[in-house]
Amino acid sequence: MATNQQVKLLGFAGSPFVARAELALKLKGVQYEYIQESLTNKSDLLLKSNPVHKKVPVLLHNNQPICESLVIVEYVDETWTGHPILPSDPYHRALSRFWSRFIEDQVMPPVFKAAWNPNKQERVKGAEEAREALKILDKELKVNGKFFNGDSVGFLDIAALIIFYWVPIIQEASEFNVYSGDKYPKLGKWSQEVLNDPVVKGVLPPRDVLLSFFKARFQSIVNSK
Amino acid sequence: MSKGEEEVKLLGAWPSPFVLRARIALNMKSVRYEFLQETFGSKSQLLLQSNPVHKKIPVLIHGDKPVCESLIIVEYIDQVWSSPPSILPSHPYDRAVARFWAAYLDEKWFPAMKSVQGAKGEEERKALMQQLEEGLALMESAYHSVSKGKPFFGGDRVGYLDIAFGCYLGWLRVIESFSGLKLLDHAKTPGLAQWAQAFCAHDAVKPVMPETDKLIEFAKVLMAKAPPK
Repeated sequence: MATNQQVKLLGFAGSPFVARAELALKLKGVQYEYIQESLTNKSDLLLKSNPVHKKVPVLLHNNQPICESLVIVEYVDETWTGHPILPSDPYHRALSRFWSRFIEDQVMPPVFKAAWNPNKQERVKGAEEAREALKILDKELKVNGKFFNGDSVGFLDIAALIIFYWVPIIQEASEFNVYSGDKYPKLGKWSQEVLNDPVVKGVLPPRDVLLSFFKARFQSIVNSK
Repeated sequence: MSKGEEEVKLLGAWPSPFVLRARIALNMKSVRYEFLQETFGSKSQLLLQSNPVHKKIPVLIHGDKPVCESLIIVEYIDQVWSSPPSILPSHPYDRAVARFWAAYLDEKWFPAMKSVQGAKGEEERKALMQQLEEGLALMESAYHSVSKGKPFFGGDRVGYLDIAFGCYLGWLRVIESFSGLKLLDHAKTPGLAQWAQAFCAHDAVKPVMPETDKLIEFAKVLMAKAPPK
C-alpha cells in the first residue's frame, strides 16, 4: 500500500514541468510538501537528488528521488490508487505515451528555440519547425471524448498542458506565433476542456506573472549582443 | 481472438538498435512474429501507413494496430504478454529509475554517439567522445546501484534498462573500432564490461544482436553514401 508520508516536490513556480507533477499528485489526492527552488541558487537537496540533470521537478517519496516530469507522472499513477492517469488498455496507453513523446521531442524544442535562441534566424527557423509539428499533431491526433482518452484528465492531457497554457504566453512574450485555438480547432476544443478542469486550474500559475517573466527573459536575450 | 493471439508483425531493419529493442522484448515473451525488413534507402507503403508521423522503424503491428517508438513498444509488449518474465521491474520506484536512465540514454547519450562519425574536425570529435565516456561512467555507477550485485540492471534477469542500453552495444563497438579507443571495457567500466558479455550471451539477445563486423561493413556503406560536408 502506498503511503502518503514524506512526499516532497522540488519545484519552481511557473515551470510547466513542475505543473505536470503537481497535477498528477493533486488528481490522486496526495498530500505533499512543496519546496520552492531557486534557478540561480540550487539547493543541496536538489543537487543531491538529481545530480545528472540538476533540474526540477524532483519528487521525493520517503527520501527516494524520482526525476523527469513524465516519469514522475507515471510513478504517481503506479503508486497511488484512484483516478487512473494512464489508460488501462495497452494500445491507448501506447498512444498516450507516443503523443507525449511527440510533444517533448518535436513540438517543445522548436518552441523554445523560437522563443529564446539568441540568433534571430534560429528563432525564425524554430517557429517554422514548431508550426510543422503542430500541424502534424492537429492532423494525426484523435481525441476520444472530452479529454484525450475519455471523461477524465489523463496522461496526455497532462503532457499537452504545456502547449495549451504555456505556449500562448511564451509566444506572446517572444513575439512569434505558432499556436492558437482558432488555428487548430480540434486542439483548441480539447485545450478548453483541459483548462476548465478544476484540478488543472489549481496548478496553473497566474498568466500575468508568467507573461512578465517570459517577456523579461526575451528582452535580456535580444538585448545581449 | 484474444489480444495475445492476434497476428504480430515487426517492421524493422537488422542494424537498428531501436528495432533490436523490440526484437529482444518479443523474444523474451516468446511471441511469434513476422519480421518485415525495410530496404535501406526506401520506405515501404506499410511503414508510411503505419507510422505516418515519423515514418521510422521499428513499428509493431499487432492485429491491425500499429505501435511506434521502441521503448513504447517494449512497454506495450510487456503489458500485452503479461506472463513472466516481466520486462519492467515490479516496484514503481525501480520502474521510475529504469525509465529515467532510458530517457537519459536516448535524449543525451545517443545523440552524442550518433554525431561522432559526422564530427567536423578533431576538436568536435574529441568533445563527443568525452561525452560518451562521461555517460558510460554514469551508467557504470547506475549499474552498480540498480543491479545490487546481480548480473543485469533488471537483477537476475534481463529487464527494461538492459534492453534500452544493451541495444547500443553493437554501434558502440563500431565507434571503438573506427576510433581505436576503448570506451566500455574491463579497465574503464568493469561492471558494464561484465554486464555486456552476459547481455549479449542471453538467449533472447544472441539470435538478434547484429555482429560488429557486419555493422562495420554497413557503417562504411553509410559513410560512402553520405553527402560531402
